[in-house]
Amino acid sequence: MTGETPASSKTPIRTWHKPPFITNPFLRWGLLIGCVVYAVWALYTLPFDWARIQEGISRAQRIFSGSFPPSFERSELLIEGLLESFKIAILATLLGLALSVPIAFMAARNIAAMPIYLLGRGLIITARSFHPVIVAILFVKAVGFGPIAGILTLTIYSIGFVAKMLAERIEEIDWGQVEALRSSGTRYIAVLQFAVLPQIMPRQIGLAMYQLDSNLRASAVVGIVGAGGIGATLMNAFGRYDYDFALAITLVIIAVILIVEGISGRIRRNIW
Amino acid sequence: MNPSVADRAWSRYTSRQRWTRLAILLVVVLAVSWSLSTINIIWPWVWDAPAQIGDLFTRMMPPDISSISAIIWALIETLNIATIATLIAVIVSLPIAYISAQNTTPNRATLWLGRFILVSSRSVNTLIWALLFVAIFGPGVLAGIIAVMFRSLGFLGKLIGEAIEEIDQRPVEALKATGASHAKVVLYAIVPQVIPTFFAVSVLRWDINLRESTVLGLVGAGGIGVILQGAIDTLDWRTVATVLIAIIVLVIVGEAVAAWLRRKVI
Repeated sequence: MTGETPASSKTPIRTWHKPPFITNPFLRWGLLIGCVVYAVWALYTLPFDWARIQEGISRAQRIFSGSFPPSFERSELLIEGLLESFKIAILATLLGLALSVPIAFMAARNIAAMPIYLLGRGLIITARSFHPVIVAILFVKAVGFGPIAGILTLTIYSIGFVAKMLAERIEEIDWGQVEALRSSGTRYIAVLQFAVLPQIMPRQIGLAMYQLDSNLRASAVVGIVGAGGIGATLMNAFGRYDYDFALAITLVIIAVILIVEGISGRIRRNIW
Repeated sequence: MNPSVADRAWSRYTSRQRWTRLAILLVVVLAVSWSLSTINIIWPWVWDAPAQIGDLFTRMMPPDISSISAIIWALIETLNIATIATLIAVIVSLPIAYISAQNTTPNRATLWLGRFILVSSRSVNTLIWALLFVAIFGPGVLAGIIAVMFRSLGFLGKLIGEAIEEIDQRPVEALKATGASHAKVVLYAIVPQVIPTFFAVSVLRWDINLRESTVLGLVGAGGIGVILQGAIDTLDWRTVATVLIAIIVLVIVGEAVAAWLRRKVI
């Protein structure tokens, strides 16, 4: 309170105001107005079919009443799909990790020569740009429906993440060990093997666990476009309006993901 | 008597470490051989894959840019889906974050309610949400927006909730000591501490949502995916190539904007 000022004084009573988050008033108001204008424009341009949306309420009721209680009658299909998802995730993780190591070495600025570095970065950026589902569609078209498409997709997905993180780790290594080996006249490959690899190994194992977990999640999704695993089972159930089976599958996916996340989180905490 | 230190051979790992490593290796080998031997793979298709993928690429060349204006509109629609969904999700996630943070939640029941919302939102993928909402609202952008929003809630709520749990309690105590109302404590002691995380997390999620929105169309929920799906169904590979390039450009531009926003505002 600044109520010390006498009533006769000309200075008005000043109250404290919270300082604004963005100090520049032009930027502050500009951003705010920009956001509002954008939101109004965007909502205006989006084609909403209001009649269809109104129908949605009764449809939603039908879907929800159709999905309760979840049906585990065809659980052998469910288990089969789930096991396939696990297999896809395991193989894709292994393949992805194996390919990530050389790509990460290529994409580390302190190790690779400029053209190789650009090539490595390019590979990582392309692998990361596409949502796994888009990659999955292309592979399904190229190699047919089924788990191969899933494995190839998730391999690329793994490269995008693991190689990127690994390359960043390589750029941070302790350079002393590399110099020590170089000064003893060691060959280039041997330098990588004995001075660089041991330093990135802990991160690599942590990333492997994380990626296994994340591939399992993704394998549930790429199945939606025909790349095998539990997602394919889910899509079939949905397509046949078996909403109770679909709910059962979804619940199982959630449970498995939570369990795997818990396990992989625990392992990573112990090594990382 | 133990042999003297000098006589002992140096080894990198203790025997316990060696056995653990061996066991881990064994588990990996077992898991891989189990997967390889039981998975339903048609091997001729695998050997054929490189040729098939090469063939696909040759069919994509050169990209067909005749439908570029439709593609650009679809990109804008994708951008709008991602942005509107993020805006709504950011607003809705605030109360959820509030009740799922241990130090601000009113009671146990609300804490568990908050956690339940976060977990169920995060465990269901955007595309599965989209399938559900397309079934309810019919194909179109609305289903896409709601799907992306539902998925974002868990992410935003979790990270903002964690930021609330990590705040410095002293400003809160100071305000309480002056007899400030609960709303004012939240507004002046909690909000300012959480705001940087709030913006960082929102920008990050927007970037993620932009990627997610590119595939919504594959299940009929609007955006560039609709054109992609149409082109694939009609085997119009040269248009597919254009759409893929357009998606790369969108994602890279989105990443650049996100990085710029992070530097500028935070």
